[in-house]
Amino acid sequence: MKNQSSWPVRMLKGFGMFWWDFLVGDTPELFLAALAILGVVALVSLSAHANTAAVVILPVLVVASLGLSVFRAVRDSKRS
Amino acid sequence: MVGVTVSSGVFVLVAAVFLASAVEMVEALTIVVAVGYTESWRSALEGVGAALVTLGVLIAAIGPALGHFPITSLRLIVGGVLLIFGMQWLRKALLRSSGLKAKHDEDAIYQKTVSELSSEGEGPARNRVAFVMAFKGVFLEGMEVVIIVITLGASAHRLGDAVWAALVALVIVGIIGMIVAKQLSKVPENALKMTVGILLVSYGTFFTGEGLKVRWPGNDTSLLLLVALYAMIVWIMHVLIHAAETPKKVNAA
Repeated sequence: MKNQSSWPVRMLKGFGMFWWDFLVGDTPELFLAALAILGVVALVSLSAHANTAAVVILPVLVVASLGLSVFRAVRDSKRS
Repeated sequence: MVGVTVSSGVFVLVAAVFLASAVEMVEALTIVVAVGYTESWRSALEGVGAALVTLGVLIAAIGPALGHFPITSLRLIVGGVLLIFGMQWLRKALLRSSGLKAKHDEDAIYQKTVSELSSEGEGPARNRVAFVMAFKGVFLEGMEVVIIVITLGASAHRLGDAVWAALVALVIVGIIGMIVAKQLSKVPENALKMTVGILLVSYGTFFTGEGLKVRWPGNDTSLLLLVALYAMIVWIMHVLIHAAETPKKVNAA
């Protein structure tokens, strides 16, 4: 029995793996943070129509996400 | 005023595409130089040519199709992708600059590629291996450039400028590569990566906002403010990590 999958399946798998590595990779927290940022800013901007708040919240959340991810990496490196 | 705001947006776009392309091309060039020196320049250059043609076809196929996509949705998707990508680059660059993560060592990549090729042994298959390795190196690094060129270029309605910036980076890195050949580790890759990370996160923030109907004060000019803000934050983070790591290093000494 042939164990190898067909080339469309392999292509699809490779395509999926490329985007997984590209977007998630070894920092799933940044991927999740970006989704959360989109959700929060969408609520503030589209639902609450609070433009000034959205202008401030968006970069603040980006900085907080990056800071937390870096802090986590520094803490992990100290433990190991 | 309009001229000034348009120029600042274009400047950030061109700088982001140029620097990101340069960083990725240095990585690809390291592999190509290693393959060329140890195996066959002809096969390596054929691999480079095949990869560039494939990437060109991809740009030609995907680029115009993006023009038919609703601009608000496109900016939201692109903004999200750039935010993730930019934060990943900044995180890596910050950890590398503080010595918490090994620097992207072009010399090590060169040696690894050489030893991989040496283990392939003699015979006619060697040239095929050189071709495949050069193709793979250029295609994979090039894909990241293509994504940045297409997403940034299409979202800003400046695909032409983005393609030109990437092509100029290709030519410059190619010329430098021919001159310095095996000394690509001298390129300050981490500093470039940090700069690109700041530009990608700035564009990511800007486009995400635009995609979510946020009206930025000063329109495109706010991009420069975002760049300045993130540059300052990254510098503060760098100083804080260094301050936290220095006592540890002193104690270790």
